[in-house]
Amino acid sequence: MGKKPNKNQFEFIWGHKPTDGMVNTLSKQLSAEFTDVMNEIWANEAVRSAVLISSKPGSFIAGADLNMLEACKTAQEVTQLSQDGQKMLEKIENSPKPVVAAISGSCLGGGLEVAIACHYRVATKDRKTVLGTPEVLLGLLPGAGGTQRLPKMVGLPAAFDMMLTGRNIRADRAKKMGLVDQLVEPLGPGLKTPEARTIEYLEEVAINFARGLANKTVSAKRSRGLMQRLTDYAMALPFVRQQVYKTVESKVQKQTKGLYPAPLKIIEVVKTGLDQGNDAGYLIEAQSFGQLAVTKESKALMGLYHGQVHCKKNKFGNPQKEVKTLAVLGAGLMGAGIAQVSVDKGIKTILKDTAQKGLDRGQQQVYKGLNSKVKKKSLTSFERDSILSNLMGQLDYKGFEKADMVIEAVFEDINVKHKVLKEVEAVIPAHCVFASNTSALPISQIAAASKRPEKVIGMHYFSPVDKMQLLEIITTDKTSQDTAASAVAVGLKQGKVVIVVKDGPGFYTTRCLGPMLSEVVRVLQEGIDPKKVDAISTAFGFPVGAATLIDEVGVDVATHVAEDLGKAFGQRFGGGSIDLFKLMVQKGFLGRKAGKGFYVYQEGVKNRSVNSGMDEILQKFRVPANPDVCSDEDIQMRLVTRFVNEAAMCLQEGILSNPLEGDIGAVFGLGFPPCLGGPFRFADSYGARQLVDKLRKYEAVYGSQFTPCQLLLDHANSPSKKFHQ
Amino acid sequence: MPHDLARAALQGLLTRTSVPRDVVDYIVYGTVIQEVKTSNVAREAALGAGFSDKTPAHTVTMACISSNQAMTTGMGAGRASCGVHRDVPALQCPCPAGVGMIAAGQCDVVVAGGVELMSDVPIRHSRKMRKTMLTLNRAKTLGQKLSLISKIRPDYFTPELPAVAEFSTSETMGHSADRLAAAFGVSRLEQDEYALRSHSLAKKAQDEGLLQDVVPFKVPGKDTVTKDNGIRPSSLEQMGKLKPAFVKPYGTVTAANSSFLTDGASAMLIMSEEKALAMGYKPKAYLRDFVYVSQDPKDQLLLGPTYATPKVLEKAGLTLGDIDVFEFHEAFAGQILANLKAMDSDWFAQNYMGRKSKVGAPPLDKFNTWGGSLSLGHPFGATGCRLVITAAHRLKKEGGQYGLVAACAAGGQGHAMIVELYPQ
Repeated sequence: MGKKPNKNQFEFIWGHKPTDGMVNTLSKQLSAEFTDVMNEIWANEAVRSAVLISSKPGSFIAGADLNMLEACKTAQEVTQLSQDGQKMLEKIENSPKPVVAAISGSCLGGGLEVAIACHYRVATKDRKTVLGTPEVLLGLLPGAGGTQRLPKMVGLPAAFDMMLTGRNIRADRAKKMGLVDQLVEPLGPGLKTPEARTIEYLEEVAINFARGLANKTVSAKRSRGLMQRLTDYAMALPFVRQQVYKTVESKVQKQTKGLYPAPLKIIEVVKTGLDQGNDAGYLIEAQSFGQLAVTKESKALMGLYHGQVHCKKNKFGNPQKEVKTLAVLGAGLMGAGIAQVSVDKGIKTILKDTAQKGLDRGQQQVYKGLNSKVKKKSLTSFERDSILSNLMGQLDYKGFEKADMVIEAVFEDINVKHKVLKEVEAVIPAHCVFASNTSALPISQIAAASKRPEKVIGMHYFSPVDKMQLLEIITTDKTSQDTAASAVAVGLKQGKVVIVVKDGPGFYTTRCLGPMLSEVVRVLQEGIDPKKVDAISTAFGFPVGAATLIDEVGVDVATHVAEDLGKAFGQRFGGGSIDLFKLMVQKGFLGRKAGKGFYVYQEGVKNRSVNSGMDEILQKFRVPANPDVCSDEDIQMRLVTRFVNEAAMCLQEGILSNPLEGDIGAVFGLGFPPCLGGPFRFADSYGARQLVDKLRKYEAVYGSQFTPCQLLLDHANSPSKKFHQ
Repeated sequence: MPHDLARAALQGLLTRTSVPRDVVDYIVYGTVIQEVKTSNVAREAALGAGFSDKTPAHTVTMACISSNQAMTTGMGAGRASCGVHRDVPALQCPCPAGVGMIAAGQCDVVVAGGVELMSDVPIRHSRKMRKTMLTLNRAKTLGQKLSLISKIRPDYFTPELPAVAEFSTSETMGHSADRLAAAFGVSRLEQDEYALRSHSLAKKAQDEGLLQDVVPFKVPGKDTVTKDNGIRPSSLEQMGKLKPAFVKPYGTVTAANSSFLTDGASAMLIMSEEKALAMGYKPKAYLRDFVYVSQDPKDQLLLGPTYATPKVLEKAGLTLGDIDVFEFHEAFAGQILANLKAMDSDWFAQNYMGRKSKVGAPPLDKFNTWGGSLSLGHPFGATGCRLVITAAHRLKKEGGQYGLVAACAAGGQGHAMIVELYPQ
């Protein structure tokens, strides 16, 4: 913790150093010190202005201390924390001596609330500097005056956008929005390191503005553009405001299906503040903050946050050799996607295919992916070109002797996999890792053809690779620690959330999805149409409807996987008729990629219609439905209980090493409802007892597919047992 | 047009040196912003200036060090000559290190120079408009033509202006200079003081008649320009009133402490020593050694001199103390001061240049004492020759053996050259 009065005692600079961890968080300790420092500033007559800066590059204040929130037992306790924060920031806002926030690095949540309570904001214009209110992503709302100050600062529409999406805003955009007043360009090397000098420069510039504000040579008032003034004028009209509330509310309702309480609360709190004044606004903000913090949704989302942090670490340590050259076999959707997320992290990547046409398509996909970032201005065209120079497209094995890792993404057929493995092993160096991007073939089976099985590992990516955050890494009994370390390191470098699981048919993710999709087919056979199935599953919180999901995965792939897993696990993976899939494949209804599946897909048409060709097929496989287990809720529970039961079985068998990774894998890879926090969090909150009861009920109708696994039974029998403590 | 200026420089060179036209084996010119009609401006200017049509000519480009590149391309050994603004006397160099045409035995006599016409840069139609116009050329029927023309929208008429910005980073040079000054903690006052020094020294040199490399140029329809017309010594107070030009509102680089863009051309006669003596010339100086360097175009865009200086000294077997005359290109006062600080920093030398220790900062009493680009102006492609010849003239006037020329250039590149006075 450093504080230093400036030389001439006119400005007071308070730099806070995080005492533990990587980032600054608003903890009780920090708040206390902050209050002390502010009191000192007000008491000392020599001080005319103050600058608030973090001496930690890369972090202004990254938000409130989550542990502090989680330690609270009641809503009242949290509300009290919120009110303390509000009071502290109100003092800054009303300070007779101007306070300037000098922002470098993440300025999120509570950090942003501190910044907007100051009189002026100067921010470093680099990629690390982001501003935002991510509270909603944790099921919360900005609880230290943010809901009240933000609309006044950036206007109602922009404030809603920030608070409801929780998106990060880069410094240059923040300047345009009026969220910060001045930008400071990052500096290059001088007589100190670029980082050290940039922070120092930021401080110098901020001091200048603080001095200017105190001398009244600088005005904190911003000149607003015509558009902004018009918007402000319109927003001042109650009628217009009501319309905005209504539109935003209906949009939120549509997107969250009412499963997430935080966005609706945010709207309500903002509304109260604008319509009934500050006091009412602050009061309801603090109360709502308290209420939200103890919801099960917030607990689930915070659990996911912790899980994500956990899965961004390499538990195997640093690999002996960093992967600098990567080779990807197969330039299909997956292969090209893997190449894209590698080249833009500076990894030299060879993209190999067997046919020129496939290679061209793959290279175009990488280009297109990067170019879309240029269009969004997150990349310059020069950077795109320079990134693309890391990509080498080719049809032969040239240069593989330099590869540190090979990831194969070829056709899902064990013979094809064996063939490429042998070809590759003939050309790669001894240290090179061979990773297979397969969604279901057991890695040990693939490794059986290898001369060096300790170097073989599974890296299961999710499509589309540049969007999906999860990477599932699969180790066999023979995979060496260093190979695992290397694969995790590559995944983390690619920006993935990484879970590491043991080998087995379908690993973890595919295996959990299997029984659920089988149940979807049975539901369809029972005469529920695809649209209804989608509606029921999204209403439960799945981001993609269950029937649509099959189309997205591809019916042929689903058939393949269902057959394989069916062989491995037998009756438990039954339910829906696999012949229904087979007939669909026969008819060419392969899903989205073929333009037809359960739905018809047309370029540019948003409201897709049900594929009428499916009527006949569904009719053919029609089975009678038992009304006892076919209410909407029962259908939801049939899908989810099978998922959760299988997930628990993976933990029981040691495929999963802990429930945390199980939750992360299910949410980030399969779209398990985030508001439930994953299958294990859901089992805790729903209750293992209740879950087992449901399973037993369906078991009575359908048989062993619903037999609860031992681990769930254990949990059901001792209520104190929880997956997450 | 640029070739007119270049022509005048070449003619001035012929007049001053009386070199027979057919003795010149080759002509190399440097330029930055190319006029599309005369993309090989060296050839067009040479023909117009009355050089033999049997003398081949080519044009090089390397941003602000284009004419340096022209010299070193032609060089090996030389003897030299003149410029519109800048005439240049004989230079010569027995340097075996040169890879240029003279050293390679390709030529004996080379004319090198540079030209820039900043007052008339090519402004293009937008890409959409160009595309429409090119398609229009191929349209056959009136109907096709009309349908193409009907597609033209008002935004098609937005022109594309050339900017003094890096292609790779899209950052303007002034902006980068401001960041560089900040990185080295160079204050606004220091920059203004240095700029004032440059203008005062240039004024003094001009008044004393030291800038004898200038050749008068008659602007068609206007008066004849007989001297550098950008020298304006002001006061620190006046300069302090200016607003920052790039990093607004708190930056330190202003119009007053930046070099200004101007029109100009230069030319220089370079020969091998034997050839010069055989022809009865008394050379002015040797071009001893030179280096080119390049570094990060974003954060070290203008640090070329820092990197090039120790390298060229090492190559020539000299130390900073051996140098009697420093002639550095002044892109911005902040850039010069940042370079001086960088050269004087062990930390920078060790962490960024991979050297054991600093090379040291040149003493100011030997540094750009006749003004520089800040006061004389900076016609991109022409500046290099001016630096070299000023170094030679200063060596002769002030006494001394070695001169060091250094310059930075867009793209994060840099150059340095050792000039040695020809024994008097």
